[in-house]
Order: sequence, then C-alpha cells, then structure tokens
Amino acid sequence: MIPAPAFLTNPERFMAFSRWAAPLFGVLAVALGLAGLWLGWTAPEDYQQGATVRIMFIHIPAAWLSEFVYACLAVASFLALIFRHALADAAAQAAAPLGAGFTLLALATGSLWGRPMWGTWWVWDARLTSVLALFLIYIAYIALRASLDDETKAARAAAILALVGAVNLPIIHYSVTWWNTLHQGASVFRAGGSALAPVFYWPVILMVLAYMAAFGSLWLVRIRGEVWRRRAEAAALRAARA
Amino acid sequence: MLHLETGKYAFFVWPAYGLTALVFAVLIATSLGHARRWRKRAEALARK
Repeated sequence: MIPAPAFLTNPERFMAFSRWAAPLFGVLAVALGLAGLWLGWTAPEDYQQGATVRIMFIHIPAAWLSEFVYACLAVASFLALIFRHALADAAAQAAAPLGAGFTLLALATGSLWGRPMWGTWWVWDARLTSVLALFLIYIAYIALRASLDDETKAARAAAILALVGAVNLPIIHYSVTWWNTLHQGASVFRAGGSALAPVFYWPVILMVLAYMAAFGSLWLVRIRGEVWRRRAEAAALRAARA
Repeated sequence: MLHLETGKYAFFVWPAYGLTALVFAVLIATSLGHARRWRKRAEALARK
C-alpha cells in the first residue's frame, strides 16, 4: 500500500497543521504578490506589447494554477477513490471552486490581452479550447457533487470524472506543440532558457509563487470548512437518532 | 517608479486587474464564510 501523507490520513493532525499553515500561506501570498506587482509595474513597457504586457503578470499565474489545481484535485480524487480517505475527498471537493476561479481568470485575462494583440477576443485554437474544456470539467465536477444527495455516491462519481478529466492536462500543456496555434508556445520554462527578459521574468515568477501560496491558504481553509461541515452533519445525525 | 500609465490599452489592462481582484475577493469571502459557518455549527452541536 502506498503510504499517504500523515495529514491526509489523520483529520486531527490536519486541523492542527492547517490552523497555522493557512494564515502563513496567506501572508506569504500577500508579500509575494506585492513584490511581484511592484516589479511588474516598475518594469518598462514591452516594445511590441506596450502596456498589455502587464496583463501577463496576472494571466500566466492564473493559467498555471488552473492546471496545477486540477492536478491536486486529480491526486486527491485518486487517493479518495482507492484508499477511501475522507480527508482526501474533502481536499478534492475544496479544490474545485478554486480551480474554476483560476481557470476563469486565465480565460478572461487572456481574452483581454488577445483583443489588442491578436485582434480577436477568442479563437478556437487548441490551447484556448482545451483550457475552456478544463473550465467546463471543473463546473461539471461541482455540479455532479451538488446534484447527488448520497454523498458517498457523489464523491465516487466526481472522483471518476476528475480522473477521466485529467487526460486534458497533457493536452493543454502540449497543445501549442502538437498543433499550430495562435497562442504562443512555452516562453517561461523551455529548452534553451526563458524567452522573457529578466524584467518580465521575475515579476511572473513572483506572481506564480503568490498565486500558489494563495491557493495553498484558501485550499486549507476550504478543507477545514469541509471537515467542520461533515462533523456538524454527523453530530446532527447522532442527535436526531438519540 | 510605478508606470501606471496604460495609454490606449487602459480598456484592456485595468479590467483584467479588476476582474482578478473581484475573483480573488469572491474566493476569499466564500472560503472564509463557509469555514466560519460550519465551525460555529459544529461547535454548537458539540455543546448540546
């Protein structure tokens, strides 16, 4: 049996850990975000993109997090499905709205950048379409969990959907390589070094770290809420039976 | 020094930042609200 992290198997330990970790990640997110925004807005305008390069400092982190959060959701779903970990299921459930939010931001900020740079708000190329599919998978996951009264069945069905949807992650990642897309190829991490000048590279990196810290904080808060919800419902059930 | 002048691209840059702030505000408010509501409920039920 694969040993799961201790905090995924022990709710008490998780609650003790997350009590200090959630605010710590929150403070880290604010500090990194302020540093990233400061560097991003003191950098000169790009010679081709002009001021729209500032959108990249919030678009790239949102796009990365949309995939990263889904990977977290898929791993948590796998652990919940195979090992029946209640906390892993709570983690998967808690990640979905956050992932949907980041994906919405990736799509919307990308569109706001695309209109002045590409001359269109939207194009059905492989990258944009696969990210839209990711957003729809998040929505389907949330809707599926909400639509079934039996929580065990809802968790199982949603976990299977999450694992099937994980097929989309490599498609998103390699879409700019496998197909001709209007969306540019990898520019931050790529063979031969980043295509970004250091004045744009570091704000992007700091903002990615800020978004990751923000996700960490909100994820822990949401899992804690889910643990309390399950405890409250179990207590209410016991009271009703007594 | 901050370069807040976005010129002809203001219509695209500021809405992108505004929407980002709005989505973060919603995610923070719903996350904290959900956790607080259920913590109070669980604690109230535990006291009974």
